[in-house]
Amino acid sequence: MEKIAMRDAYGKALAELGNAYDFVVMDADLSGATKTATFKKAFPDRFFDCGIAEGNMMSAAAGIASTGTPVFASSFAMFAAGRAFEQIRNSIGYPHLNVKIAATHAGITVGEDGATHQCNEDIAVMRVIPGMTVLSPADATEVFLCVKAALEMDGPVYIRLSRMASPVLFERDTHPFELGKGITLREGNDVAIAATGLMVWEALQAAETLAEKGINARVIDIHTVKPLDEELLAKAACECGAVVTAEEHSRIGGFGAAVCESLASSCPVPVVRVGINDTFGKSGKAEELMAQFGVTAAHIVAAAEKAVAMKAAK
Amino acid sequence: MDKQRKNELARIAAQIRLDIIEEVYSAHSGHPGGSLSIAEILSYLYFEAMRVDPQNPRWADRDRFVLSKGHTSPALYAVLAERGFLPKEDLPTFRSSSSYLQGHPDMKHTPGVDMTTGSLGLGISAACGMALSAKYNKKDFRVYAVCGDGEMEEGQVWEAAMFAAHYKLDNLTVFVDWNGLQIDGKITDVMNPTPIDKKFEAFGWHVQLIDAQDLDQIHEAVENARKETARPSVIVCRSTKGKGVSYMENQASWHGAAPNAEQYEQAMAELKAALAALN
Repeated sequence: MEKIAMRDAYGKALAELGNAYDFVVMDADLSGATKTATFKKAFPDRFFDCGIAEGNMMSAAAGIASTGTPVFASSFAMFAAGRAFEQIRNSIGYPHLNVKIAATHAGITVGEDGATHQCNEDIAVMRVIPGMTVLSPADATEVFLCVKAALEMDGPVYIRLSRMASPVLFERDTHPFELGKGITLREGNDVAIAATGLMVWEALQAAETLAEKGINARVIDIHTVKPLDEELLAKAACECGAVVTAEEHSRIGGFGAAVCESLASSCPVPVVRVGINDTFGKSGKAEELMAQFGVTAAHIVAAAEKAVAMKAAK
Repeated sequence: MDKQRKNELARIAAQIRLDIIEEVYSAHSGHPGGSLSIAEILSYLYFEAMRVDPQNPRWADRDRFVLSKGHTSPALYAVLAERGFLPKEDLPTFRSSSSYLQGHPDMKHTPGVDMTTGSLGLGISAACGMALSAKYNKKDFRVYAVCGDGEMEEGQVWEAAMFAAHYKLDNLTVFVDWNGLQIDGKITDVMNPTPIDKKFEAFGWHVQLIDAQDLDQIHEAVENARKETARPSVIVCRSTKGKGVSYMENQASWHGAAPNAEQYEQAMAELKAALAALN
């Protein structure tokens, strides 16, 4: 299976869409890592490095957007959603400006850099901002589609991207991507696995294992964490009677929490959340950390079995 | 600037001061001290310096204004009303739940407000972004911002200062309202941000030091800033917090407090006398 890092796909998407759309790109001294350098190379006059000053970058991006030119502002998730939260909230979110915050190096899979750089809280803090669209693509193809969708919509968007190379799951021409709509990747009625970001691939693998165990899992790719596809999730919950959520993010306040908030008043069924426990990350290889911090296909399998058992016990 | 024009701008500043007190008194809250200290700057910007059209507040080529010290919104709303962006009768609705006149400026709902501000340090960065956009889009509009002296304590101000100099934003003019006071007391006692002028100089800005209440000096400084090429301009303005209301002048306690009925009457009497003296 071909592997492409989401950040690489992001840089290429910006460069590819640069001719068709009017926008500028800002970065905070991480263009080589976030891959906005790919855009810089193609459109040097439309790229503005802000240096190591993320707060100023976000507010300046708001200023540019206020004059009618959309902006992509990039850094690591920790320094975008984390350090510059208040600038995103007050300069971009509150006036609902056309700034697209594309944050790479999200989650535990940052790997060796360790806890200071592993942002497991960004979905939680971005989705709580009124009017913020939160996107969490599953592969390089969805990265392109998310960047394009962000350009085509008015208002602030947060796009969560991973550092590590990950499998390309979808074809651009055939993938039924629509902002705000989940995609059912696999049918099944025993349990529904709603996954986002890197965990979509893990969920697909988990579904294979579950099938061998006689459990037919439905797999849903939720690339748009906000606004959440509540209708699709409620339907899946009601039809399957049990739900597993999967995210490479804290179990508190993130994607799984958003699903629970929704299902609690639409179709309350047992929900088991796969995600990072209430703890900081650490250094190590991405794959090893995924195993240690409980965000692999195997963990999804165990969660699905638990959810099915809870359903049976009801 | 001729004498008659100067007198007109002084009258507008005096009227802005009256409206500030009306707004804060009506709301029973707000920030009169730092609003009163910038009346001349706003009068000059909106009636002399800036290219704006009250009939078309979103005009793409307009000059921009960012009130980085957003808590002094009463002054901004007063000048916008005076200039015709807002109906004057809306001013007393300031800070009420039925009003669009928010405690801090809201660009989405208030005609003439170019940037939402209130959290200190964010506005000057947004102004930098606007100025950069003018360069990128090859537009000739200018961007003006007013910061507080206490605001200089925010680290983001210096991120913005670095950014503006780096991108040679000579279309940006920032006023610093140096009234010497912040909520907790004298800026030099709370957390000394001085020397403000020398800091901007070190960051590569064109720096001028003037009296915030002197329209001739404001005029000259803004004209000098226009002539500057390749450098952003900062005009550090020595001002009097609470200017025009005797009991508010140089009192940190009037940073964010509203007058009672008796104090209101006294303030209005003093400000009306000041306006009458200009007629």
